[in-house]
Amino acid sequence: MKKLIETNWIRKLISLILTFGIIQLLISLDIINSYLQTTLATICINIILAVSLNLITGFTGQFSLGHAGFMSIGAYTCALITLRVPSVLGFIIGVFAGAIMAAIVGFLVGLPTLRLRGDYLAIATLGMAEIIRIIFLNLDSITNGAAGLQDIPHFTNWPWLFVFTAGTILIISNFIKSSHGRACISIREDEIAADAMGINSTKYKVMAFTIGAFFAGIAGALYASTFNFIDPKIFSFSKSIDILVIVVLGGLGSISGSVIAAILLAIITTYLQSFANVQMIIYSLLLIIIMIFRPQGLMGSKELSLSMFSKIGEGFKPKKRRV
Amino acid sequence: MEQLLQQIINGISLGSIYALIALGYTMVYGIIKLINFAHSDVYMLGAFIGYFSMTTLKLGFLPSLLLSMLFSMILGVVIEKVAYKPLRNATRIAVLITAIGVSLFLEYVTMAIAGANVRSYPPLTGILTESFNLMGITITMQQILIVTITVVLMILLQFIVKKTRIGKAMRAVSLDSDAAELMGINVNSTISFTFALGSALAGAAGILVGIYYNSINPLMGTLPGIKAFVAAVFGGIGIIPGAMIGGYFIGIVEVLVSGYGNSMYRDGVVFAILILVLIIKPSGLLGKNTREKV
Repeated sequence: MKKLIETNWIRKLISLILTFGIIQLLISLDIINSYLQTTLATICINIILAVSLNLITGFTGQFSLGHAGFMSIGAYTCALITLRVPSVLGFIIGVFAGAIMAAIVGFLVGLPTLRLRGDYLAIATLGMAEIIRIIFLNLDSITNGAAGLQDIPHFTNWPWLFVFTAGTILIISNFIKSSHGRACISIREDEIAADAMGINSTKYKVMAFTIGAFFAGIAGALYASTFNFIDPKIFSFSKSIDILVIVVLGGLGSISGSVIAAILLAIITTYLQSFANVQMIIYSLLLIIIMIFRPQGLMGSKELSLSMFSKIGEGFKPKKRRV
Repeated sequence: MEQLLQQIINGISLGSIYALIALGYTMVYGIIKLINFAHSDVYMLGAFIGYFSMTTLKLGFLPSLLLSMLFSMILGVVIEKVAYKPLRNATRIAVLITAIGVSLFLEYVTMAIAGANVRSYPPLTGILTESFNLMGITITMQQILIVTITVVLMILLQFIVKKTRIGKAMRAVSLDSDAAELMGINVNSTISFTFALGSALAGAAGILVGIYYNSINPLMGTLPGIKAFVAAVFGGIGIIPGAMIGGYFIGIVEVLVSGYGNSMYRDGVVFAILILVLIIKPSGLLGKNTREKV
């Protein structure tokens, strides 16, 4: 048994190093030029966002429409710190401070609202994200209001992005495999049954919510550092929707699905950039068509066993219940 | 005091519009448990149809209103048949994403056809441009028009839902669609009818917003759409009088916050009240707290 775990770990490690190495090579050979590097950063940030929302919506079954709110907290915290301490140390402190701030807000918001169910929870989280955005919009002295923060120092590069993305995936997939994660899944499957089995459903819902918010904060911090500019408009309702689209497209309850969907959507968007006027029309049509023909998402709730992401969590039963 | 009354009058006009949109959300939610994100774009298209019928076709206000309601009605049914019907048995979140897709599609197709720029609505003529003073409060004919049309449409809706056969079918399907089907109710056509009713109201709201604010653009539906949905949740989603109360409440709160406080915090206050209401009464103001059974 122990040996099996070890080979699994070695396989994981090798695939991670390979992914990192190949892309690093492509960057140094300038095949991935600076334009594509921005796409790469977007992919990584979207993966972190989607995987963390998947923990809340896909695995714990709590429908959240406010992920952009947590992202904005991370982004603003990191931006404000790196603007004052423009060094790598400041960046690291900024990322973690942003994540912790987001987690704290997630915890405080989650505690009262998570007793709501289904769409009521969705609308409460939406409202929460809008309130956070409006607060940032009005804190002129700190956040510079609607004009946003400019000239945020740029620290993100492929190694940093890789560390945070791979870290998020590993931590969340390990969380899901732990007893806490199993408890979260049982809440998704049937909350009453989970309660009856002695699972403290509120505790695990808040836990999933807080962890999700933590990683959304990291993603926000990386966003601020990559694009050097943030304003409250970026973190509006449509951003939360974008993240949700990635999660559902990839499959609720499938981490590899979220990863694939994030990559696929980034490729589609990059490709459609040349047809600027019909870009969104094609995007929306694709969304409708994929949902009509594959309503469970690309991966359903199964995990893909690619060589780069070794199998995480063996076939959760395809779920028939609504979220 | 006068100022307060004035603000409340303004709030009622705005609230009428929210209530009209909220009714569509709440009816569709009541019957297929879907947050119909495309609803806010039906409202936007209603405003655009009104614009074209008033400028290009040079029709009067009332014919334009009817035309835009008719168009929205057809659009609502088409959306339901094409995008939602194939997903009747899918998870709710899949339908939700489809609704978001439809919403984006309508927005950007409108943008491609009509352009992204803001258009100003044709001014009303004749008696509708006047306003009068009542004990220091200014009431414009526009406001009277908006409130009258809203009230008439709501009474009509109540009549359809409570007194007609199809209304009975709607109530039956929203209560239990399987049982309704066993009783010989055509569930699909009932759902289509619900979409038609809700969309017609959204179309009316669109043209009313056009004459009230004088400007329309392809993305105008997003924020009022969210707020109308908030109104529906506030009143207890799926409950028709709840949507009306919620709509008026949110309209009045919004106007009062802009009038007495900081208009930048307008939306924030609306959402904060919503969250408070939900925490105290998780199923909305008029919602019944159903015990979940195994």
